[in-house]
Amino acid sequence: MQKSDVDIRSLQIGFGGLKVLENLNLHIAKSEFLVLLGPSGCGKSTLLNAIAGLIDVKGGEIHIGGRDVTGAEPKDRGIAMVFQSYALYPRMSVRRNMSFGLTVAGTPRDEIERRVGEAAQMLRLTGLLDRRPSELSGGQRQRVAIGRALVRHAGVYLFDEPLSNLDAQLRAELRVEIKRLHARLGATMIYVTHDQIEALTLADRIAVMQGGVIQQLDTPKKIYREPVNRFVASFVGSPAMNFIPGRITRDSGVEFIAGKSRLSLNGYAFCGQPADAPAVLGIRPEHIELTASDDPSSVSARVEMVEPMGADTLIWCRLADGTAFSFRHDADAHVRVGDTLTVRFPADALSLFDETSGQRL
Amino acid sequence: MRLSLNSRLSAFSALLPALLVMLVVYVGATSWTVWMSLTNSRMLPNNNFVGLRQYEMLLGNDRWITSVHNIVIYGVLLVSLALVVGFLLAVAIDQRVRAEDTIRSIYLYPYSMSFIVTGLVWQWLLNPTLGIQHVLRSWGFEGATFDWIVRPETAIYCLVIAGVWQASGLVMAIMLAGLRGVDEEIWKAARVDGLPKWRVYVSIIVPMMGASFATAAVLLSTGVVRLYDLSVSMTNGGPGIASEVPAKFVMDHLFERANIGLATAAATTMLITVIAVVAPYLYWRARKGGMR
Repeated sequence: MQKSDVDIRSLQIGFGGLKVLENLNLHIAKSEFLVLLGPSGCGKSTLLNAIAGLIDVKGGEIHIGGRDVTGAEPKDRGIAMVFQSYALYPRMSVRRNMSFGLTVAGTPRDEIERRVGEAAQMLRLTGLLDRRPSELSGGQRQRVAIGRALVRHAGVYLFDEPLSNLDAQLRAELRVEIKRLHARLGATMIYVTHDQIEALTLADRIAVMQGGVIQQLDTPKKIYREPVNRFVASFVGSPAMNFIPGRITRDSGVEFIAGKSRLSLNGYAFCGQPADAPAVLGIRPEHIELTASDDPSSVSARVEMVEPMGADTLIWCRLADGTAFSFRHDADAHVRVGDTLTVRFPADALSLFDETSGQRL
Repeated sequence: MRLSLNSRLSAFSALLPALLVMLVVYVGATSWTVWMSLTNSRMLPNNNFVGLRQYEMLLGNDRWITSVHNIVIYGVLLVSLALVVGFLLAVAIDQRVRAEDTIRSIYLYPYSMSFIVTGLVWQWLLNPTLGIQHVLRSWGFEGATFDWIVRPETAIYCLVIAGVWQASGLVMAIMLAGLRGVDEEIWKAARVDGLPKWRVYVSIIVPMMGASFATAAVLLSTGVVRLYDLSVSMTNGGPGIASEVPAKFVMDHLFERANIGLATAAATTMLITVIAVVAPYLYWRARKGGMR
């Protein structure tokens, strides 16, 4: 099975006067699993459809496997695609759904049979080959759709929100299956989703998109730990990152002031020189620590709500000046509503953002 | 939950008029028709039971045999042609053409016309000395011949032409609704699979549209059974008896030829034929529904 890289050069896409993507550049390496992550309307599906050749581009080039395919038909691009609604051919058996494209393309029969058998085995569909899609569950249908993509032996596999129509449990199962498939085939995969958990679990690299622009393109870990702006910080992570408005001062060492609380920023890796300016502090719920009350960098907060989540507990607190935040604690913490806790925000786990531009400081 | 007597009473009284109409008009009139077909009624109904003699006469009646023959030709051709033409029109409109609304209205327009008007228009169009043949000859195609309507062996096909012209718009509307219901992503998947458009229609879309085809076929079939006015206005059953149809046979014998017995025998035969076709289908549907 060949593997292709994908190179997108200053791509422009618009519908009428509306610009969806403008001057977008992206390179996806061979065997890479790239996730396009973003809210609906951010242009991620448009980008995927453009790579597939299902919509026309206004400018720029798309190269797949070193070949310029900007004007090529989808079938000539060496791609295969899986859709959100499965898009199976409803009156055809599973076997025929997988083989129909190859049959029409004139692939020899024994070759088709071999490929279908192989894909069916990989996706545990062997016993279902003679069923109709209507006789399958949602998860099985999506596996068939993946199988239909696999038999094409494409250089790049495109997934357009493939798990969005499934319930939570199936989604988790199929997610693992897709990851396993990628590990086994080593194929190049581009995967569109609005679900940040899917993105974090599956991707080699994530491209977080908003408003037709890639906000950040990096490994899941980097995206999670060091979001480049407030949008990425708030979109990735569940429960969401806490944001506390305040300002940075350099009176006595670099500190962050929110209301009456002062927080040492000693140990925070600034992108540039810290300046005295209003800023927003971001911290993930799991990075906030309980501490002893005599710790100088601690703040005290009142517990407002406790959400037990099984493995751990999410505790909603409010600082003296009214700023609310949540933090994660292990499940057997004896915390009750109304308690006063002393917590610490470790400087190396913080993210600081410019108040106006939202860029990471 | 048990309904109170009062609310059951009001439900019953609300249904009563419909029930009465059903019993008196449909069941009553139908039974009376069947009974009449077993008597020797001529101009006025009487109750002289003669067994199946009217049916024997019916089967020996040339005009009836021709009528049955014609309705089979008309039915098969009309349903199949209207389905094909209607589907093709719908496919054509589905290609995101401009002025779709206007074109759709134009296609649907013939359906708003009564069969009488349709029949008259096509009678003129097909008339060799007035219509298409005349126009073609006046353009210089001296040998052009299109005289189906005056030839006994082809007159029935003229009814088919007019019927298809009238019904295709409706079929198109039903088919277009079906086509619009097809998931956009199926088209995308087919493009990625490299399937040519016609192949997608033939192998994927048409099999998906079973319900649309069934709906259209049922509507067309009811039109076939009651075919009367088109034959009257277009050919008046002629030339000779070449384009007679069963409903016209019944009407003529009932009112013009004063032969109630024979007319009701013909009507009953039509009823039995329809039941023979529909009953197995309903049975199959019911069983299929019961199995789910």
